[in-house]
Amino acid sequence: MKAREEILSRIRLAQVAAPDHAVRRDYSHTRELPDVLGHFVERVEDYKATVIRTSPDGVAAAIATCLGGASKVVVPPGFNTSWVPGGLDVVRDEPALGSDELDAVQAVLTSAVVGIAVTGTIVLDHTEGQGRRALTLVPDLHVCVVTADQVVADVPEAVARLTASVNNGRPLTWISGGSATSDIELQRVEGVHGPRTLCVVLVEPTTP
Amino acid sequence: MKVGLFVTCLNDTMFPQTGQATVRLLRRLGVEVDFPKAQTCCGQMHVNSGYVPEAIPAVRAFVDAFAGYDAVVTPSGSCAASVRHQHPVVAERSGDTTLVRGVDSLAPRVYELSEFLVDVLGVVDVGAYFPHKVTMHPTCHSTRLLGVGDRPEKLLRAVRGITMIDLPEAEECCGFGGTFSMKNPDVSVAMGADKARHVRESGAEVLVAGDNSCLMHIQGLLTRQRAGVRVMHLAEILAAQEVAA
Amino acid sequence: MIVTRTFLGTPPFPVAAKAALADSQLRSNMRNATHTIRAKRARVIGELDDFEQLRQGAADIKDHTMSNLGDYLLQVEESLTRAGATVHWARDADEANKIVVDIARSHKVDEVVKVKSMATQEIELNVALEAAGIAAWETDLAEMIVQLGDDLPSHILVPAIHRNRSEVREIFLREMGKVGMPPEADLTDEPAELAGAARRHLREKFMRAKVAISGANFLIADTGTLCVVESEGNGRMCLTLPEVLITVVGIEKVLPTFSDLEVFLQLLPRSATGERMNPYTSTWNGVTPGDGPQEVHVVLLDNGRTKVLADEVGRQALRCIRCSSCMNVCPVYERTGGHAYGSVYPGPIGSILTPMLRGVGIDEATDAMPFASSLCGACYEVCPVKINIPEVLVHLRGKVVDSHRGGVPGALQAAMTGASWTLGRGSRLALLQKFAGVAGQVFGRRGVIGRMPAPLSRWTDARDLPVPPRESFRAWWSRTDGGRRDNGSQPTTPHKGRGKR
Repeated sequence: MKAREEILSRIRLAQVAAPDHAVRRDYSHTRELPDVLGHFVERVEDYKATVIRTSPDGVAAAIATCLGGASKVVVPPGFNTSWVPGGLDVVRDEPALGSDELDAVQAVLTSAVVGIAVTGTIVLDHTEGQGRRALTLVPDLHVCVVTADQVVADVPEAVARLTASVNNGRPLTWISGGSATSDIELQRVEGVHGPRTLCVVLVEPTTP
Repeated sequence: MKVGLFVTCLNDTMFPQTGQATVRLLRRLGVEVDFPKAQTCCGQMHVNSGYVPEAIPAVRAFVDAFAGYDAVVTPSGSCAASVRHQHPVVAERSGDTTLVRGVDSLAPRVYELSEFLVDVLGVVDVGAYFPHKVTMHPTCHSTRLLGVGDRPEKLLRAVRGITMIDLPEAEECCGFGGTFSMKNPDVSVAMGADKARHVRESGAEVLVAGDNSCLMHIQGLLTRQRAGVRVMHLAEILAAQEVAA
Repeated sequence: MIVTRTFLGTPPFPVAAKAALADSQLRSNMRNATHTIRAKRARVIGELDDFEQLRQGAADIKDHTMSNLGDYLLQVEESLTRAGATVHWARDADEANKIVVDIARSHKVDEVVKVKSMATQEIELNVALEAAGIAAWETDLAEMIVQLGDDLPSHILVPAIHRNRSEVREIFLREMGKVGMPPEADLTDEPAELAGAARRHLREKFMRAKVAISGANFLIADTGTLCVVESEGNGRMCLTLPEVLITVVGIEKVLPTFSDLEVFLQLLPRSATGERMNPYTSTWNGVTPGDGPQEVHVVLLDNGRTKVLADEVGRQALRCIRCSSCMNVCPVYERTGGHAYGSVYPGPIGSILTPMLRGVGIDEATDAMPFASSLCGACYEVCPVKINIPEVLVHLRGKVVDSHRGGVPGALQAAMTGASWTLGRGSRLALLQKFAGVAGQVFGRRGVIGRMPAPLSRWTDARDLPVPPRESFRAWWSRTDGGRRDNGSQPTTPHKGRGKR
């Protein structure tokens, strides 16, 4: 406790002359985009991820396309079963898979909670249908289903939507493309740790 | 309007032709400047080296010399910046409230040359003639601290006969940095060498800038290389006219 | 066993810089790297139509937080504890290291995996862990390259930027096998292959490590949320696979609420790597049952930050979000690289933060840092939290000089005092000019002074010096009544200019 008291005391002494600043929030809180979904698709594809746009009854087929030849697939609890294509060796995470078991899995299917158009980002809060964090980390292929109503234009709107999850203690994972590094001579190399392939299925309501 | 000329200690001692050109140029534009002899130096050398109390005499001399003027014009971006940004700090260090008040009242009336010409006199074409290929180094103090923007360039482009050539990587610092040039001479020269290289690459005959401190450093490298490029202060080009027949 | 090098013993900047300037590979790497990142940053920042407003908001949020830091830290402690984390407070590096080592020891581990963390580098945590017989595996690719290469980081974001791909290959072939899975024998220097070797080598460490250590980019006060912004995924590996997670975070990383991230998650990726968004950002609130580490520790680190807070002018440095854009635009850093600064924080931000964290007037190398700048201001122009670095540099120069007053004045102090006297009165300056004019005629040749002895040699070794003219401006003014009486004795005609030898 000594350290705590001393640090707080140092802070008190240091602030003798510190004025308090009003925070100016004149930055944009919302953004107008003519085609939010189109923008989202473009930006996600910019990161060399694949995006398949489909209607609600085409999701299973789209996921099958994403999976390609992968058959050993982890499906998290709460994932919409009607979206799971047939013919897969489905692995459940109940009881929780060990790291080695996860490593042997070829792909993971999840839903998401928010998509961000300007940055091409998908965000998971690891609730229903998204699984615990390790599930989207260890397998090499991540297929993520995003519904159109989950996609917002820019970061401030996304943060606003995610606040409830955070207040409920949920962890968040923001994913913008696959992992990458530019550490060697600044040349961007895709796929270091984490899934080297990301495939996004964007579900749009059928046009009347 | 009573206008005082702050020629700067560097120009006073080393580059009087810049001060003379400034006087001639302004006279041609109908402005007779005073040169109050009490002036010495803006004090930036002291402040930038960390010797703030030692800058107090210079700041005092500046306020004493120029307090009575409506405007003060100076052919140096770094000195104008020093007056505006550093004099209040020095005055506060002195604890002399009269000096603080004097500085606060005077600083807004001090103009770098291109600011004075464009903003106060409202001129861009100063009636100059200079038929040569010229490239300009924008100087960090003028662009980043004073925010003179494109004033110097506009003034130069209006000069009759001039050919302006863009300087590659113009916004890069030349490496002078005051006492930096002596405390870190190797880095200073490395930076200046690149600046000199860009000047030569431009193919210009003349390098111009609004600060003789930068010019002295770049020139020193160019002449050591026997580059055959000459340097001139902005005031000198703007003062140039056709030689009378 | 890996032994970590430290910056101790780096000579003062002017000396270290001279050697660095002569390193042609470093010069070439640095030039390429900094110019590339500058262009990328400029492009994505240019896309923001509210960049200036975002930076102002960011600066204000940080300033407000610093002004109420005590309250926010208490809130942090409360929310973290509620979320199931154990909060520790560390006054200095030794205290922080002891806390971390004790936790690791209590779990009887002989290795930990680490996510890149400037704070843990600052306190030299790896040295403390190694002394306790615990291997600290860096998992960030560049940090791993530095660690395997028995090297020092030279940049806060791309620490191995001074290394070529062929050097990286050599390091991997030579060292990887000693500490884990070796690379393929036919490893080439293609960056993709090198990254692949790193992936395989580290994967087994991620899978088996019981304890992970991380830093944090942001710490949210009202929810106790920690946030890590990364590219490679090694962060996610360390934050979710091990059983125990220890996060060391500087007390200045606090933000009031989660919604404040709407500003920083726009500014940080764009300023740091020139991307609209970095690949992975993770946030977590203490312990999430059934997901990730079930034992979570957070070490709140002071280590001089309260000293910075106490400096009215310098406290703006606490706004820093470690984006490195100041380094990337700095013309000095570009030419010397990071090692010459002798600190984990190099470049512009390092030159103000390190002297304030360490204190001035204590050692020569630290005192030299605020002078390692030409004050060009390029850093201030790009800083996403508007730290006026040149202002703080000049302020710290004053503190360095003040810390040495009172003894026998050195040569520079004497010169400055002399100049102060001379420049106190116009008449004294006029007198000096007479001498300068004469001296110039003695030393100059055709208008130029060549080589001079020390200390003027610092200038003249590489540069010519113009000859002081016989007649100063004020003498001319007197003689010719401001040029009104200037018949006959013309000054140098403007067309001639200067610089003709």
